[in-house]
Order: sequence, then structure tokens, then C-alpha cells
Amino acid sequence: MNNSFTYKKKVRASTENLSRIRAFVSEHAEKHGFSPNQIADVRLAVDEACTNIIKHAYKNDTNKEISIEIEVNDQRLKITIVDMGESFDVKSYHKPNLKKQIQEKKRGGLGVHLMLNLMDDVTYQVKNKMNVLSMCKNRN
Amino acid sequence: MKTFKINHRTKSGLEVLDLQGELDAHTASQLEEALKNLIQDNKSNIIVNFRELDYIASAGLGVFMAYIEDVRSTGGDIKLTNMNDKVYNVFDLLGFPTLYDILQDEMQAIEKFLNENG
Repeated sequence: MNNSFTYKKKVRASTENLSRIRAFVSEHAEKHGFSPNQIADVRLAVDEACTNIIKHAYKNDTNKEISIEIEVNDQRLKITIVDMGESFDVKSYHKPNLKKQIQEKKRGGLGVHLMLNLMDDVTYQVKNKMNVLSMCKNRN
Repeated sequence: MKTFKINHRTKSGLEVLDLQGELDAHTASQLEEALKNLIQDNKSNIIVNFRELDYIASAGLGVFMAYIEDVRSTGGDIKLTNMNDKVYNVFDLLGFPTLYDILQDEMQAIEKFLNENG
């Protein structure tokens, strides 16, 4: 028997809401028995994803909305984050070179690197003008 | 909801910023202001104490990336101390330990500054 639970939340695309988003994710991951380290990883990955949407996809337009869906089953927790903003060009992504970025005082690219490292599976798709990011954390 | 706070104090002639709470893309501007103010006042021997910081996102790390060169070019440094394991893990994942002085304890940072400047 494979039980599956789904939780949904919509928030305005403002950095003010990041702590609320983290609390939403942590609450449900904790309820379903994920370890403190797993919860910390998921919480940070979701924060980074939403920060990128707020800053880059929506360019700080706080009238826009972000949809977050958590789906938990016996094997894993899957988070799907949807926005209608400018799409991320996956091809333009390079692993950050910290030394060079410090010299040039550039800060970008850290969030995606973290998401890829913290989660077991990350996919990004553009469907009907919607950007759909899915990230999974396995229980084991 | 947890908030973010910064306290500024001086110890042994060094500037210490104590961080508290959660540092994310919303609260990072407060850290940015605090560092900018120190640099404008030519105070470049800076210790940032993370003892009461519960959470950090990359926007927080970005602030250190933006100002470390300014501080080092005037002979100073930003030393980071007292991180909990989760916070340290984020710095580690992004490769900070090879480029920044990250120390267990504030006293170690003070001693290092005093040795470097002595």
C-alpha cells in the first residue's frame, strides 16, 4: 500500500514570504517523518528556488504568484514549484566559480548549485508559459 | 515567524557583528548595510559571529562575496565564526572554506587578527 499526500500553497512573489514558504515545507516534511537534515535540505532548496523566481522570473513584481505543491509518499517527498514569469535558460547555467566571482564581485548562480546538491532529483520544464520546477528528496 | 537581527560591538579593537535568526534574500540587505557602514568608516577587521544564526540561504553568502575584496584590499579581513553544522554545510557546499577564514570560535578569530596585524 503506497499512501500519497498532497499539500498546496500559493504565495505572492515577495521575499517577505520566504520564511512562510520555509515553514510550510518544514511542517509537512516533519509530519511525514523526514529527518532534521533532510528537512533542512528541502527547506533550503525551496527557498533558493523561490528566491530565483522572485528575483529573476518575476523581477521583484510582488503582484505575481508562486504555486507550491508538496507530494509525499512512502519513498520520497516531491516539491513542484510553478511560476508564470520569464523562463530560466538552463543552457546558460554554469557551476559557480567562487574565486572568480569574488574578484568580479558577482553573486549569482549559487542557488541552482545548492538545489542540485541538496536534492536527489531536480527537473525544470516550460509548459504553456508555465515554468515547472520539480525537486525530489528520497527517504533513504 | 523568526526575524533576523544584527548586533554590532567592538572587542580588542576589532568589529564584531553578531547575527541572529534567519538570513535569507529578504533579510540579507540588513547584513549588507551593516558591512557597508563598517567599510565606509574604514573599519576593515571584521568578525561575524554566527552563534545565534539558525539558517542561511545563498543570498546571505552573496553579501560576503560582494565585500570581501574591498575589505582585503585595505589590509583587513572578514572572519566568520561559531557556525552551527547546518549553516557551515551551506558555506561548505559552495566552496567557501578555501577562500574565507571560517573559525570555530570568536577567540580564534581575535587571535588570528592580532597575529596578522602585530
